[in-house]
Amino acid sequence: MNAPLPTNRSETAFEDFKLPLLRDAAIVEANRCLFCHDAPCIKACPTAIDIPQFIRKIATDNIRGSAKTIFEANILGMSCARVCPVEVLCVGSCVYNDLEQPPIAIGRLQRFATDVAYEQGWKFFQAGADTGKRVALIGAGPASLAAAHELRRFGHACTIFEKRTTVGGLNSAGVAPYKMKADRAMNEVDWILSIGGIDVRTGITIGEHISLADLERDFDAVFIGVGLGVDSTLGAPGESLEGVHGAVEWIERMKLGMLDLSKIGRAMVIGGGNTALDAVRELRGLGVANVTMLYRGRREVMSGYVHELAAAQSEGVAVEWQSVATAFAGEGRVQRVSCLRLDDAKRPIAGSAFTLEADLVLMAIGQSKLNAMFAGFHGVEFDHGQIRVNHHGFTGRKGWYAGGDCTNDGKEVVNAAAEGKRAAHAIDAVLSGAHHHA
Amino acid sequence: MPNLRPSLATNTGGIASPNPFWLASAPPANSGRQIQRAFEAGWGGAVWKTLGVPIQNVSSRFGGHTIHGVRGAGFTNIELITDRSLEVNLREITETKRLFPKNPIIVSLMVETESQWREIIAQSIDAGADGLELNFGCPHGMCERGMGSAVGQEPAVNERITGWAVKYSTVPVLVKLTPNVSNIVPHGLAAKRGGAHGVSLINTIKSIVSVDIDRFVPEPRVATKSTNGGYCGSAVKPIALHMVASLAREKDFGLPISGIGGVSNWRDAVEFILLGSSTVQVCTEVMLRGYGVVEDMIDGLEEYMRTHGFTSIAQMVGKAIPNFSEWGDLDLNYETVAKIDADKCIGCQLCVAACHDGAHQCIHPQENTRVPRIDESECVGCNLCQIVCPVTNCIEMVQVSNGHAPASWNDFATQGAPLRPKKGAH
Repeated sequence: MNAPLPTNRSETAFEDFKLPLLRDAAIVEANRCLFCHDAPCIKACPTAIDIPQFIRKIATDNIRGSAKTIFEANILGMSCARVCPVEVLCVGSCVYNDLEQPPIAIGRLQRFATDVAYEQGWKFFQAGADTGKRVALIGAGPASLAAAHELRRFGHACTIFEKRTTVGGLNSAGVAPYKMKADRAMNEVDWILSIGGIDVRTGITIGEHISLADLERDFDAVFIGVGLGVDSTLGAPGESLEGVHGAVEWIERMKLGMLDLSKIGRAMVIGGGNTALDAVRELRGLGVANVTMLYRGRREVMSGYVHELAAAQSEGVAVEWQSVATAFAGEGRVQRVSCLRLDDAKRPIAGSAFTLEADLVLMAIGQSKLNAMFAGFHGVEFDHGQIRVNHHGFTGRKGWYAGGDCTNDGKEVVNAAAEGKRAAHAIDAVLSGAHHHA
Repeated sequence: MPNLRPSLATNTGGIASPNPFWLASAPPANSGRQIQRAFEAGWGGAVWKTLGVPIQNVSSRFGGHTIHGVRGAGFTNIELITDRSLEVNLREITETKRLFPKNPIIVSLMVETESQWREIIAQSIDAGADGLELNFGCPHGMCERGMGSAVGQEPAVNERITGWAVKYSTVPVLVKLTPNVSNIVPHGLAAKRGGAHGVSLINTIKSIVSVDIDRFVPEPRVATKSTNGGYCGSAVKPIALHMVASLAREKDFGLPISGIGGVSNWRDAVEFILLGSSTVQVCTEVMLRGYGVVEDMIDGLEEYMRTHGFTSIAQMVGKAIPNFSEWGDLDLNYETVAKIDADKCIGCQLCVAACHDGAHQCIHPQENTRVPRIDESECVGCNLCQIVCPVTNCIEMVQVSNGHAPASWNDFATQGAPLRPKKGAH
């Protein structure tokens, strides 16, 4: 069901930014863990992995037990070990930070245990006895995969509808390749689907090939895990020139195929979020000599992580703070970007216009929302473009649940995993008659 | 504070040494070239690996005990006495003595009959031995042949053989004692009755260090079998300290002691000296890290002595013995409670888990802070929280006044001295 990946892709040029731990190093690191009571790292993990416990099991060379502890909490534990911003989650909350000692390398330890599990082909979970209930999941990204796996453990049949030919969502098509490459993400998809009973239908667009009403009629519950839409645009003159792309769309092509960057000497990424930071680091890593990030705010207010900015700057990325692009120009394709400086209230400063050369411009200023898909679908409501859900992932329309980027405006894989699992529990509670959400 | 440079020179039973750090009779003291390198590195003396009738060894011979990732925290061996010829050993003793005249060489010996003892003692002294150490401690291989710990476990045999050695020796005789006994004191007293000039303890502890859980064979594995070995290394230090101190405080004993058992650094050495040792012997730490560890032992000891105003080792020997008491003489009315320094606390709450699951349930999590709260009315002052706390000086055990005069169990039992109310006993 997964379209085969070309072996030669732009992303394969990257090495891992954080190197894997070998067994001996993992055991040394694991032995540093204090095994905190009521540990802060668990609280900082959206999927609440029992981190001290899985680390203790590494220390005793009980790697299988360690991996089981991780996957029991988060079936996407292998990818999360690579892509989680641990600096602001588990690792950031490690008590060693307060002792001014290096915090435990939780992400790398998790990668060690989960990689061994994959290598060894260990399976920890079995599908539950068939309940006769059927659940549809829209989108084949982390949220739906986590939800479907959990639903299968309860014994409910699952069908995932994915509009692309590639399964795995942004884990396959969006993650920075120095964290994880698409083939590894697809290993994970196969690993998750190996529980059996998850029918993945790719190339299916809801509203085109199947209607919401069809889903509601044919399934006992529906999980919406559609993520976000296409890259937003500025609406500035010249934006349609060749060489101006949405960052998410460009990253997907870079990960899944081969881009020719040989003629790109200068690139600009517009935005101050983590997609922008990924894009600038990727451009530098692919050999673009001059990469500039253009952000309308100050450093203090950017939504991108400080540790990612520091890495980008150490890799030679320039940043133009408090600046906006007003027009793109060039002969045949983009060559120049007209820019303006902004004051602290984000108003243009008179006489501050400047021009930067760029052969490639990526727009990382957000992604469109998918409200239109559910227009007039009573009970599935939106709040600032995000599907509104309660703390169980329930939308308000009987049988309809949601999670992941479409409900949280684009957080991390680990949030999607947590929200998918949470919704699966809520769906099961209703389908098994244990509980009614309303 | 006096700023005199302390002297590390010491003497055990008439064997003078430039510092208290000796290589124990073991693989690091197996050959002349090794011991010469050790002296170059700074070791004060060396106890030559036991001479006797050369034996045949097995492979493998050693086993390590990894504790929470620390390799060799405990160690075991099933190696026997020297497997080199007597002639070679004696020649190398002479050569080493010639190169390092100020560093004592104590020759460890283990043979069976009186005539064998007489002969090997004469040969050792002729070769240049500054002292002899009678190996009455080896717990494997030799004891089955009526030597080693088979001697050390029988006070009468110990006394008789010690008597032979003293009779034939013109240099001081130390008796090396085995810890594989229920009470060390009768064995030290037997050595004394035999005329020994001092004792060395402890030898290694009978042990199985680990089991190969895939092959179902204890370790160290020799083909398909193993046997009991001698346990040593850092892990045995508490047992060794207790045995050294038990002899040191025995009023009928009074012989010099060379302390052995898990000495890994200057701090361990200070502890052995304060409990009555005038020299310490080291094996495992050298096996794990090499002779270079002695530099820090010397530096650290010297700095400790300077800090405490000691100018000689003799001033330190046995300094803690008067405070090594019987339980019945401890003050039952002395009361401490734990105090957490909130500024230092990192919120790991190891103390919460330890107190709740392993002690008296008096340390509690609090709302809105990771710093736990100690219910002092329930705290028995057990130390567990302080032991598990990863932050130095974050938890302190503080004495509290309860208005009761000091009273020991013996005071209570004999004079009915009033005791404070119990805590945590409900």
